[in-house]
Amino acid sequence: MDLTNLAAIELGRWIKKGEVSVREAVAAQLAAIKEKDKIYHCYITVLEEEALVRADEVQEGIRSGKYTSPIAGVPIAVKDNICTRGVRTTCASKILENFVPPYSAAVVEKLWQAGAVLIGKANMDEFAMGSTTETSYFGATKNPWDISRIPGGSSGGAAAAVAAGEAYAAIGSDTGGSVRQPSAHCGVTGIKPTYGVVSRYGLIAYASSLDQIGPIARNVSDCAAVLEVISGNDNRDSTSAPQRQYHYQEAIKNGIKGMKIGIPADYFSDGLDKNVRDSVLFAAQLLREKGAVVEEFKQKTAEYAIPAYYVIACAEASSNLSRYDGVKYGYRAPEKDLGELYKRTRSEGFGEEAKRRIMVGTFVLSSGYYEAYYNKALKVRAVIKKEFENAFSNYDILLGPTAPTTAPKLGESLQDPLKMYLGDIYTVAVNLAGLPAISVPCGLDQNGLPIGMQLIGRPFGESDIIRAAYNFEQAYRFSARYNIQNKKEHIENI
Amino acid sequence: MKSYETVIGLEVHVELATKTKIFCGCTTQFGGLPNTHCCPICMGLPGTLPVLNKKVVEFAVATGLATNCKITRHCKFDRKNYFYPDLPKAYQISQLYYPICRDGGIEIETTAGKKVIGIHEIHMEEDAGKLIHDPLENCTLVDYNRCGVPLIEIVSEPDMRSVDEVIAYLEKLRLILQYLGVSDCKMQEGSFRADINLSVRKIGAEEFGTRTEMKNMNSFKAIARAIEAEQKRQIELVCCGGSVVQETRRWDDGRNTSFAMRSKEDAKDYRYFPEPDLAALEISEEWIAEIKAREPELREAKMLRYEKEYKIPEYDAKILTSSKKMADLFEETVEICGRPKEVSNWLMVETMRLLRETGMDAEELLLKPEKLAVLIELIDSGKINRTVAKEVFEKIFREDIDPELYIKEKGLLMVQDDRLLKEAVERVFERNKQSVADFLGGKERVFGFLVGQTMKELKGKADPGKVNALVKEALQNHIR
Ligand SMILES: [Zn+2]
Repeated sequence: MDLTNLAAIELGRWIKKGEVSVREAVAAQLAAIKEKDKIYHCYITVLEEEALVRADEVQEGIRSGKYTSPIAGVPIAVKDNICTRGVRTTCASKILENFVPPYSAAVVEKLWQAGAVLIGKANMDEFAMGSTTETSYFGATKNPWDISRIPGGSSGGAAAAVAAGEAYAAIGSDTGGSVRQPSAHCGVTGIKPTYGVVSRYGLIAYASSLDQIGPIARNVSDCAAVLEVISGNDNRDSTSAPQRQYHYQEAIKNGIKGMKIGIPADYFSDGLDKNVRDSVLFAAQLLREKGAVVEEFKQKTAEYAIPAYYVIACAEASSNLSRYDGVKYGYRAPEKDLGELYKRTRSEGFGEEAKRRIMVGTFVLSSGYYEAYYNKALKVRAVIKKEFENAFSNYDILLGPTAPTTAPKLGESLQDPLKMYLGDIYTVAVNLAGLPAISVPCGLDQNGLPIGMQLIGRPFGESDIIRAAYNFEQAYRFSARYNIQNKKEHIENI
Repeated sequence: MKSYETVIGLEVHVELATKTKIFCGCTTQFGGLPNTHCCPICMGLPGTLPVLNKKVVEFAVATGLATNCKITRHCKFDRKNYFYPDLPKAYQISQLYYPICRDGGIEIETTAGKKVIGIHEIHMEEDAGKLIHDPLENCTLVDYNRCGVPLIEIVSEPDMRSVDEVIAYLEKLRLILQYLGVSDCKMQEGSFRADINLSVRKIGAEEFGTRTEMKNMNSFKAIARAIEAEQKRQIELVCCGGSVVQETRRWDDGRNTSFAMRSKEDAKDYRYFPEPDLAALEISEEWIAEIKAREPELREAKMLRYEKEYKIPEYDAKILTSSKKMADLFEETVEICGRPKEVSNWLMVETMRLLRETGMDAEELLLKPEKLAVLIELIDSGKINRTVAKEVFEKIFREDIDPELYIKEKGLLMVQDDRLLKEAVERVFERNKQSVADFLGGKERVFGFLVGQTMKELKGKADPGKVNALVKEALQNHIR
């Protein structure tokens, strides 16, 4: 059998039992990458030698009892905006093409301590700005379900790698949906945790008040296991929540009888694709059958989330990305004059989308516009947060689609950035409010492309959404029904 | 000229004396090879995050309390964005919207009397690096050692009207900071720098005139000169029907003049916005109370205690407390030898004289209390006299010598043996028979000459009182 088809904690169990060695698992993974990444281009950097050396070290660690986590020995991909000591971390940008950080991100350290094997650095939209992974300086990643389509973004490389069998699990980052939307488009599961649950130390910032690292995996249990490993307080990140450890795998064991699930009616308005709508409502019905109380409610702020999100995210980005000036590291244009050095380095080093957002952000923070844009966006953010709070006084979790459509064709989205931004309609509000949310696959559309359902929890309510998602997963059995290999059959069946 | 008044407000930047930087664990030590006191955080490498040094907050709060400010309980940091190679993140973490202290003031005293100078706000921020031009390679190098060193900026109200008031305010402020131990306030090293906002207006006018901001003064004297020059320049402009341009000017102390740096109108837009990498800072009543409780004795209290506890005159107490270093030295020495008046004398007379001679600031004093105590002990026990002691003191002050060793090596111990003293008197009488005869003949002022000769014979190493008595005794013997 093909080892790379196993789920992450399943492989972990096999390794622990001695049925497969870490080296065998890593070698199988590397072979799969070698074969498939020519097609999908999920990785910017593959850690071939490092992973094999690490495999032996982990094997010994498992024997000696140093590594006991469920993901010990499991090959995992990390998005290329997460710093890895000694391994270049590019943010998929020319400006950081050769940046090798002298430190690892907190999540990378935690994965290391859990005995995971870092297999490669996953492709992404440049500086996580985009919903397609096409803005990568290193070229687009393709959707394993249909290579004429985008995998979603910005963690498109990570989601595609998990879907294509190029990684057992991956670590992405989610600023406005960047974990959930590619998970939806690639038919995998992804969690955006509550802001503060996972340390941002070592995550190269896009929009600091919205960025949150999260896991992507082939099922809910794997996601819960990985999230359990990477979460917890870190005193190097002042915005990190105080709790030292979280236990998510526990949640899976329980049912959802009596769980109150709210469906924001506005999420099912005109812009939503019919296939997506039907699949998500079918999923809601399944949850009802499992004992949850599901009802619709009105959420009024949905339409304001996108403008508020883009104003805040771009403002923070314009400041966060100012440090890439050619003076200290990264790309530097050969100029003598300081002003010219700045101009040319940044003009040549950043791609179009990054430049667009830097300019928007600079504009909304400029004196004379701050009140009208940035400050207003902060007020909208507070209102959105408040509305979610109200909703959570009535419901345990909220349910809706992750994205309004399935994966678009390559090249389609970037022609109309505004339309691309509107694709984030269901995901950005969650970041503005700092809430946890999970995307789970809930069907295929008429083209055989995966559809994702989003479950949103109250602050630190990861256990609720994980439990609901797991119950749904068990009832629906997406991976048993559908897989990439026999896609044609699915289409005929739909 | 007389019909104009000058309006001055100050922005004082103070480097805090924390051991580590404001957002990372790097040392704040001055000096050090370029780029050795920095790490990924203070160099703003991608992915790093700032973590606030609690001590910085405590120092800022302590300063606010000592200057009668209100403490902002819910306080926040903001980003000030601008591109410059000495600023590795291309933004400075500072405070604009919610500075830590507001609405305070301190009382100053000048020949014109007492007056309160308002403090508009105090905010915390990080220092930037330093650019060094390399003429050999014709390029500019960056040293990030100072990056992230904690600063507070103390912004006064435009309440000062003269050089005297400005200097009194700065001296008072500096003393408070030094007494609190929050900064060493060394102007030369840049740990205490003041920018002057100055405008002029007709006396009695309600509106302020257009102001300029003056930078780059590294001593109180330079500040005084810069103010004199700037008020003269502005009054002359206004008198001749011209107008003052709002601008930042750079003081050139060597040439005693200033020149415009850049106009404020086309000044950079700093695009301030709340720093998302730092959680809002909640300062509880308890924390403020704790900081207040730890507040060290400030100058006024110290002066009163000196008068009461050590029976020192008010004037002396004032001088002794005019610098934290001096006051510490005084107390530590008294602690060892228990002679407040004697210690006070050495500090007020000899120490002050030597400070003047060397042009040193009291804060730079290297004098160790143990050594001054030993010296006083040596005088008290009659081992050396005051003339010798002064010589030894100067050596201690300048070279930090060991007083006992020095006296031994130089043979400065006083001759105590009566026989040796008497022999010396005899030798002097022998050589100066005529003078002795003159004395016996009634010329009494020769007595002083004989005493002086004897001291000389003893190379000054004798108790003058004792020599005096022995000469008298010897003369009486001659009469008989
Ligand atoms: Zn540092």
